Amino acid sequence: MTLLDVENLWVKFPSRQGVFDAVRGVSFTLGRERLAIVGESGSGKSMTGRAILRLIRPPGIVTADQVSLEGVDLMQKTEREMRDVRGKRVSMVMQDPKFSLNPVMTIGQQIIEAYRLHNKARKSIAYENALSMLEAVSIRDPERVMRAYPHEMSGGMGQRIMIAMMLIPSPEILIADEPTSALDVSVQRQVLSIIDTLVRDRGMGLIFISHDLNLVADFCDRVLIMYSGRIVEVCDAKNLHEAKHPYTRGLLNSLPRLNAPRKKLDVLSRDPAWSEAPSVSGRI
Amino acid sequence: MTMLTVENLCVWFGGGRDRVDAVRQASFHVERGASFGLVGESGSGKSTILRAIMGLAPNWSGAISVDDQPVTKKREKAFYKTVQMVFQDPYASLHPRHSVDQVLGETLHLHGFRDIDARVVKLLDDVGLGGKFRFRYPHQLSGGQRQRVAIARALAPEPSILLLDEPTSALDVSVQAEILNLLTDLRSEQKLTYVMVSHDLSVVGHMCEQLAVMKDGEIVEIMDVETLRTAQARHAYSQELLAASI
Repeated sequence: MTLLDVENLWVKFPSRQGVFDAVRGVSFTLGRERLAIVGESGSGKSMTGRAILRLIRPPGIVTADQVSLEGVDLMQKTEREMRDVRGKRVSMVMQDPKFSLNPVMTIGQQIIEAYRLHNKARKSIAYENALSMLEAVSIRDPERVMRAYPHEMSGGMGQRIMIAMMLIPSPEILIADEPTSALDVSVQRQVLSIIDTLVRDRGMGLIFISHDLNLVADFCDRVLIMYSGRIVEVCDAKNLHEAKHPYTRGLLNSLPRLNAPRKKLDVLSRDPAWSEAPSVSGRI
Repeated sequence: MTMLTVENLCVWFGGGRDRVDAVRQASFHVERGASFGLVGESGSGKSTILRAIMGLAPNWSGAISVDDQPVTKKREKAFYKTVQMVFQDPYASLHPRHSVDQVLGETLHLHGFRDIDARVVKLLDDVGLGGKFRFRYPHQLSGGQRQRVAIARALAPEPSILLLDEPTSALDVSVQAEILNLLTDLRSEQKLTYVMVSHDLSVVGHMCEQLAVMKDGEIVEIMDVETLRTAQARHAYSQELLAASI
């Protein structure tokens, strides 16, 4: 079943040197699955995530044949109607909790606000829900955390709070933009398994944006590999290590491996033809 | 022959009830020409050890010696000709309004070199940038190019020890490979000694022959890279860290 259908998505930024195309004609679908978008910085992966939620502000321009959420085209909606989509139906976890939480509001206030924006509920009910959501992201002592401010939290806790806040309106799709790259390896796994359980239990669709190929191979179902604004390859996550495109191979080979020591790492040599080749469709 | 010795190093911040012991009783030594890794999660004190060696952490006790010369609280100029550091974030460690030429030229001038012009050219060649980057500003460079400039700056006084604080963690994997190769080449060409901090075990496994695992300010285990590759870590925490990164 298709939750989200993106067809021919472009993101453009006019500049003094002409129009810069950050995303160039990307198409993919998302079902109730874990879909990964990987690529280097500047490949347009975050822009794709933001464009779905129409979070790109002018002068940036977003065009698409369609971005349909269960049959309704998001591109046709007014800004007011979009507010009901953001958070309630599609929500987004950003990279760094330090810059995404409001520093002058307690965590409790922020989560309750997220809940009450989308549910007509009394404060006490919202509080109970916020508390159980914090428990669901395995935060010990949630009552204390509800009273605390973001600066009192560690990076891993901050990110789990963000996840709690994004999931409390129970959206159908979660877009996670590098949710773990600001975290330690040991905390990374923990946060991922929390996202995993919540996404599976609620039957949500997940778009997981990352630059970490190994992580994505373990964690997701399907992978889109992006290069200079286009999708160059689509494959199943479990077959990622047998990927065929020279760019994907180059990325995989440039990683140092513990079990296969080498004197020198392979360096990616870029072929201009990669960015010229038409985008591969990720639609099923 | 031992190039760097650290014995019973303690580093603390604050005082009274706000005192934080960031590093406790850390001891290790690095041979000349070797490469030593420090791994651990954030807050374990691995960067603080580098900062203490460099003189950037004011409160420390214990003994540090470089090339059999004990390091005093007040660092001599000669110390900075022997030991240099490369920082984690290439976006933050270069002066935004100084061109590459100014950054390198100033360092060379401070260390009393005369032939600055020729040396700037040579430094840029050494790190694979070439002359056309000489008069650019940091915002005109990519992350990998900036890290190359930061490495060139560290190499300017012709040091024998480079302290590398997560030199690639802000970079893409493809750029990381380029920088790691550059560091490998520079080490063999210029007979450098490295102390490298990273949270990525595979990077440390690639670059270093020996490594120390840190937890809560203490070194819990020192092992060689073979032990790491065959996953024979003895301490429970090192095993946990290994399991999380494979």
